[in-house]
Amino acid sequence: MRNGYLFAAYAVTWVIHITYLGSIVRRYARLKREIEQLKK
Amino acid sequence: MKKLFPVLGVLTAILLIYALYQALVVAPTERTMGDVQRIFYYHVPSAIIGFMLFFINFGASIFYLIKRNPAADIVALVTAEVGVVFLTVNLVTGPIWARPVWGIWWTWDMRLTSTLVLWLIYVSYLFLRRFSSSGETPLLAAALAVLGALCVPFVYFSIWFFRTQHPQPVMGGGGSIDPRMLHVLLINWLAFSCFAFLVCWSRYRLEKLQREVDHAHALESLMNPRGGAR
Repeated sequence: MRNGYLFAAYAVTWVIHITYLGSIVRRYARLKREIEQLKK
Repeated sequence: MKKLFPVLGVLTAILLIYALYQALVVAPTERTMGDVQRIFYYHVPSAIIGFMLFFINFGASIFYLIKRNPAADIVALVTAEVGVVFLTVNLVTGPIWARPVWGIWWTWDMRLTSTLVLWLIYVSYLFLRRFSSSGETPLLAAALAVLGALCVPFVYFSIWFFRTQHPQPVMGGGGSIDPRMLHVLLINWLAFSCFAFLVCWSRYRLEKLQREVDHAHALESLMNPRGGAR
């Protein structure tokens, strides 16, 4: 049971970091689309 | 620069995997807490990196207040955002450790409460930056960042000045730690510092590009007032 807490802590750490990285990637993709529209 | 980023990314990923292996396999098991103590290898580096980023934010904000340098404003925004992410990890992993060790998820003691207040200050900083469209926003944000940074030493030293339930610091504060545990802690701190640096770098590039695009949109609107507005 105690290992469950350890797993939860490590998992939640990476969920937070990966969610944030995902938000950066999404913002990059949106910006690229905007740049393409500006070029037109 | 474009080639350097993927190389550093791969090296950081290897370092993070190595640090995870060290934390889960190599570090000795603590006698009273058992494996739950290993949360410490993620919890403590997250706090230290969060504080470091808030200090960089402080320096950049001061520089912006003096010189009105746009690059300093971007550095301030990026370090606050990534710092909030790391402090969130710290605030979430703490209660997960506390539940099996203290028997409670949370207590309103000075260290925990001041950390939560610090997190709220920087979250409000990010809300200000996100939702205020005034030209004075970077200036107001820089002033708020200076106030936020003043709270960082208070959070750090709160376990010296107040009687708290939080464990004593393991380095330079009366606490002690097995040298093998300290070694693993430092490896994790190094790995997460490299990770934080790369995240800040990519976020800086994104923000710089975003501002260039916004500038291009503004120019387009000026040249073509009817069709150029978004």
